[in-house]
Amino acid sequence: MHEELASIGKSIVINGELSGSEDLTIEGRVDGKIELRDHVLTVGSNGKIKAQVSAKAIVVLGHVQGNLTATEKVDIKDSGSVEGDIVAPRVAIADGSHFRGSIDMQKKDGPAAADRPLGGFKAESSKKADTQKSETPKPEPSPVNGEFIRV
Amino acid sequence: MSRLSRQIPRSDDESGRVVVEPRTVAAVSTETVYASKTLANFLSLVFARPAPSVVDLGPVIGSNITFLGERVGCKIHIEDLYADIDRHVRQGEADQLPEFLSGRLALPDASVDAVLGWDVFDYLAPAAAGVLAAELVRILRPGGVLLGFFGARASDDPRYTKYFIEDETHLRYRFYPSSCVRRWVLQNRDINIMFAGLELFDSVLLKSGVREILFRKRELS
Repeated sequence: MHEELASIGKSIVINGELSGSEDLTIEGRVDGKIELRDHVLTVGSNGKIKAQVSAKAIVVLGHVQGNLTATEKVDIKDSGSVEGDIVAPRVAIADGSHFRGSIDMQKKDGPAAADRPLGGFKAESSKKADTQKSETPKPEPSPVNGEFIRV
Repeated sequence: MSRLSRQIPRSDDESGRVVVEPRTVAAVSTETVYASKTLANFLSLVFARPAPSVVDLGPVIGSNITFLGERVGCKIHIEDLYADIDRHVRQGEADQLPEFLSGRLALPDASVDAVLGWDVFDYLAPAAAGVLAAELVRILRPGGVLLGFFGARASDDPRYTKYFIEDETHLRYRFYPSSCVRRWVLQNRDINIMFAGLELFDSVLLKSGVREILFRKRELS
């Protein structure tokens, strides 16, 4: 069955709060606040958003100035531009896109970093430290190996 | 084999570098993967901190975001200073960089756990470099770390480098055009003076002449 997608055309300008319960594509301009709690927001290549945005997933092909919060994913395509802070468990940023701000992918209900098992990042210098039960890795003096010198 | 290791197509050449073989027909230039001797230490120190936040002074790179965000668990601040430097040089305002950089990082004192400085200091005159270094020392938390690369020679080649984190011990270098050249070569003594608020944690001289230097801010006693 054909499902029509909601969209805001490129000549449309909205000032204020925008919310909904279906996926939405914006090609126009929105200033204010956008909330699509369980749905996907797509900012089209002509879209210009100056707003706080929250949605299940956010796809950016146009311009966004404001903070983005997604419960699933933020996806900035190569034509996309975002200036603001992103909070989402998954973030994809394509080569060629523009981004300025911060990205927080930490799961708020997940274990604290200090509780996570260490061992993923084993520096050459930390292997020895581990065997000595040292708390932090210390670089060991390395001889010349033809590739580098630790100084 | 580390659980974080990734298989990357490459072949070792005589110089010890690892050359990435083109992955697709669309690959227009050869990219080179270099072993990094300090990255693993940097990541270990960051990983050990609770809910770490990292400032990346380079352009945004999606795969680095994924690596740092999903695997290291960082909050990442992207502050592309290369773009700022380039804009100032293009507009003939390089002399205004010290003043600009003094207010560029809108982050509170002692608010971040790590800084990826890459090779940005190679493109800054001493006055601007000193201002930026002081700003980075200011925003680092006690125990926080800073990784910087410092070239051994100036170059007339107008290009910057994007550093892609391949895994915890390898970086892929990709070059892109710039308006300014790698003009400034800092001596070790100058670097140590510039980062006087930090202590040297690790320093590696690569065969290419690049110095990878890892600084750490002293813990509060």
